[in-house]
Amino acid sequence: MSAQPSDIPVPVGLAAAGSLLRLLRRLSHDPLGLLGLFLVLVMVFCALFGPWIVPDDPFKIHVAERFNAPSLAHLFGTDSLGRDVFSRVIAGSRIALSVGASSILIAMVLGLILGLTAGYGPRWLDNAFLLLFDSVYSFPTVILGLTVMTLLGASIATLMFVVVVIQTPAYARLIRTATLAAKNAEYVLAIRSLGTSPLRILVVHILPNIIGPLFIIASMDIPSVIALEAGLTYLGMGIPPPAPSWGRILQEGFTAIRDAPWIVLAGGFPLILTTLGFTFLGESLRDLLDPRLRRIV
Amino acid sequence: MLVYLLQRIGLSILICVTAMTLLFAAIHVIPGDPATIMLGTRATPEVRERLNKEMGLDQPVPIQLVKFLGRAATGNLGVDVWSKRSVGTIVMENLPYTLILILTGLGWAALVGIPLGCYSAIRRNSFIDKFTGVISVGTISIPSFVVAIYALLFFSIQLGLFPVIGAGERGDLEDQLWHLVLPSFAVGLGWVGYLARIVRASMLEVMGENHVRTARAFGLPEPKIVLHYALRIAILPTVTLLALAIGGLLSSAVFAENIFARPGIGKLIVDSANVRNYPVVQGAVMTTVALFAFAMPIADFIVAWLDPRVRSAL
Repeated sequence: MSAQPSDIPVPVGLAAAGSLLRLLRRLSHDPLGLLGLFLVLVMVFCALFGPWIVPDDPFKIHVAERFNAPSLAHLFGTDSLGRDVFSRVIAGSRIALSVGASSILIAMVLGLILGLTAGYGPRWLDNAFLLLFDSVYSFPTVILGLTVMTLLGASIATLMFVVVVIQTPAYARLIRTATLAAKNAEYVLAIRSLGTSPLRILVVHILPNIIGPLFIIASMDIPSVIALEAGLTYLGMGIPPPAPSWGRILQEGFTAIRDAPWIVLAGGFPLILTTLGFTFLGESLRDLLDPRLRRIV
Repeated sequence: MLVYLLQRIGLSILICVTAMTLLFAAIHVIPGDPATIMLGTRATPEVRERLNKEMGLDQPVPIQLVKFLGRAATGNLGVDVWSKRSVGTIVMENLPYTLILILTGLGWAALVGIPLGCYSAIRRNSFIDKFTGVISVGTISIPSFVVAIYALLFFSIQLGLFPVIGAGERGDLEDQLWHLVLPSFAVGLGWVGYLARIVRASMLEVMGENHVRTARAFGLPEPKIVLHYALRIAILPTVTLLALAIGGLLSSAVFAENIFARPGIGKLIVDSANVRNYPVVQGAVMTTVALFAFAMPIADFIVAWLDPRVRSAL
């Protein structure tokens, strides 16, 4: 991809840092992208250092302090068990980010393997894969999630499985299309005529050329995956209690929406800020890195 | 044209059958026998035996699958084991509520989003264009259930402007419409930005085309050029998008129906899933898949009908 003159060796780390700096400088001309970056950094900071910055234990029950309105002691008030909602919101960022990022990563790897196989393999295999992708895709996401969660039982593992099932077809389709185009490119024909094995052609020659867009598309899916996690948990079919998922905070707050509206307010606003943050940052990065992708997303 | 349409419908049927097989396999692959899961571990062996027979679970799985597909093809989705009612009837009772909800949601989104996108394309880089751009990204990314909950909190509970739960009195149209406002607002909000973006992008493309320049050269009034010559073409990608939107709309409908306690497919699925009523979940899920799978050929057909270029190319 990058055309470094081979006679001037540049340390890989330094080159990467240089291009990252260049990217940041270009990002700084885009106020929405910067806002996105800021929101994402706040979220990542909360996810990483949450346990050290929460003012109170997010699981600790204080029966005497049920439904306290927001105050200096409890910024977002307390819930039906007297737990500090602000601490639970911060702790929720770790759940949202870890479930979202790890399941998207698994879906990327799976989608990559399936997409390369479908695109480079025989025609019948391609057709069979396409039918499978389209069939999975034709389930509305939340409904597919509800069905799988009902069948397998609500747990973090099942939830990640649901995300993988939903996201993989999209990535596989993207990689398949790119592989089909690369398959007949001259550089691939040239390597093939040298007798290189299909596996080596795929991994060493085609993969590096087509993987860029996958990263951009996948990172732009993070907000919808976070929303899916919270949504399923809200419906009681996601992460089981007492884990302070934002969906759980919303669900618990919804039952007390008349008496303690601050709980749903506190559960919803981190969802809004993170989805906005990731979307602003993602769109900005996409336009900087690969404007052609605008047509796909 | 006819061949193409038949091909598309054939593909939709194939997708439905594959999706049903996947769903069926999923239900039967999980460990534990469905009768025990449905009845709980305290049920006597006789009761379990009877339920297995009633649901045909005592037969080999492939035979069950073939029978299930055969029945589904004739519209028979099985029987709800609890209430002994036909699943098809239960689904059909709930489906109209969901369809009305997503159609009004999409409807108001189109009424706002399409003109907004059109205007943004004509007045490119104006304040309204930039504002629309930011609002689009914002509304697309905010989860619809947060919108629904916040809307319920502010407009129903705090301000008391709209009813909190239900779909309104049967037969009382005004009451039903009043109950529809907030749910369809939540379902449609994300699509305002989406439609505005798509229409803006395709309008920008069409406005640069030769026939628009020719129309200008003839001195036609600008509104006529925009509405009659440009928008008519620019709207076409939107039609295909609207068919794809059904999946997302059904997902938001699940939340809206549960939050506002409205009857509908989404509430039916969640309620049945909570009591592990598999036949109803299966029937309702399959109905949503079929809706989505057949929306695509219908959209293709509408595009072909609207666009003579597509029609003659087929």
